Amino acid sequence: MNGRRISYFEASARMRLSGLVDAGSFSEFCPPEMRQTSPHLAQLGAPQAFDDGVVVGRASLAGHAVLIAAQEGRFIGGSVGEVHGAKICGLLDKAMVERPAAVLLLVDSGGVRLHEANAGLIAISEIMRAVLQVQAAGIPVFALVGGSCGAFGGMGIVTRLCAEVVMSEQGRLGLSGPEVIETVKGVEEFDSRDRALVWRITGGKLRRALGDATRLVDDLIPAFRAAAADLIERYQTHPLTPAHLDTLLDEQARLAARSERFASARDGLEIWQAAAFADASQVPELTVEEFNLQLGEPA
Amino acid sequence: MSEHAVFDRLFGTAGHNVISEGQFLHGSAQLGNESITVIGTRDHAAIDGPLALRIADAILQAVSADATTHPAPRPILFIADTQGQALSRHDELLGLNGYFAHVARCVDLARRQGHRLLTLIHGEAVSGGFLAFGMLADRICALPDAQVRVMDLRAMARVTKISFERLEELADVSPVFAPGAENYWRMGGIHEIWSADDNWSERLAAALVSATETDDRAAIGLERGGRQLAAPTAQLVAVA
Repeated sequence: MNGRRISYFEASARMRLSGLVDAGSFSEFCPPEMRQTSPHLAQLGAPQAFDDGVVVGRASLAGHAVLIAAQEGRFIGGSVGEVHGAKICGLLDKAMVERPAAVLLLVDSGGVRLHEANAGLIAISEIMRAVLQVQAAGIPVFALVGGSCGAFGGMGIVTRLCAEVVMSEQGRLGLSGPEVIETVKGVEEFDSRDRALVWRITGGKLRRALGDATRLVDDLIPAFRAAAADLIERYQTHPLTPAHLDTLLDEQARLAARSERFASARDGLEIWQAAAFADASQVPELTVEEFNLQLGEPA
Repeated sequence: MSEHAVFDRLFGTAGHNVISEGQFLHGSAQLGNESITVIGTRDHAAIDGPLALRIADAILQAVSADATTHPAPRPILFIADTQGQALSRHDELLGLNGYFAHVARCVDLARRQGHRLLTLIHGEAVSGGFLAFGMLADRICALPDAQVRVMDLRAMARVTKISFERLEELADVSPVFAPGAENYWRMGGIHEIWSADDNWSERLAAALVSATETDDRAAIGLERGGRQLAAPTAQLVAVA
């Protein structure tokens, strides 16, 4: 297998991790040998995993210390249960002590694990509070989104709490998945089998055009690595300042303007048009490089 | 019980000035000699982008007002009554998750500025709507009628492909997935459930005193026996 060309989308969590950080630098906390599995899945007779679907540990990236979590989308949709969520919370607690250059969350999750829904929901709110705490302490958290499950449900909220969101075109980011909306509101509201539509509503190119993703990269592990390394360097020279009243008033105004400007929008084409792409209908065909060149200011 | 009847019990009929505009609630109230900001949702609101922005705006106004005019930041009481996030293609397109993240950042700012934060669940607290602000308070209280869940058991059975009967049977013994405020209490996700006979003013005053700005829910879940792995697992990672 040629490691340089390996698709981030198709890779497992562990492959993404090892390709992302400096070779041989990763050490795992609470590794599979410790068999910290979910008793709730066992009770329901569902398959378990020795890492409960998330790998957490310490590594270096371009020489900088990072703490890192990678969700495994192939295990129950990367869903967050009690153990899975607690591993991420523990990692964020650790960041408060170790003060790494950044915390990296390789998000690949549909959100709460329904088999242990209450534990998952509480865990996600704990992760939200922990991300906010870590960033208030000046440590940036980056979300990397390019897996097959995207970043949905509570993990979609967590992703948008992060100082930086790196996405590939294949990555998807939202709150309610298209299947959920179709089931509740009907196929005329959202046809979840229309893949092109789904990507125009949730995909990386849409999120980048709105500014919800701060980088759009190719679907390659080295491309994610390069973006993360570059961001770490940037935060070394321009440290994260905790959000204060003025920054949040600005964000409030920005989101209010978005709601007003796109009050009746139902398709990403309308956003791309507003982001001054010469021909919005051609945006899905653009390479990442072409897209980034043509994108002016996010809409 | 209407939210205004709840406010009457909490603050006395003359002790609150909370306005409802559609499904949004905001205003102030007086508890003893303490002035409280009230922000919330009503009528099982499905929280969409504009409603999320109203909540965020009210929090920012509270922070801003108390930064200049009040000697001590006033506590904020969140009233959560939500059926969850709004489900629409439009809201997803605009990135409703980002609107919720913005609300969460505003809640976090208020905490860092010294506002004590309380949530009172009245009616429903469901999934993403509960995550948006209610679950982020220092102390989370539920009224006796509160219904708390991610999803009802029938829908859960469809998604997990585990039979409804089996889920129902397990729901009796495990607090981990079945709807119910009591389950959340056992897991530390709700700090207190008030009874109909309680003096709600006194309970609110006591909750304000108990509110801590550190997240104590995993420890409480362990203590109450409903969430025995969260705290030890986080600890395993934190000390590794």
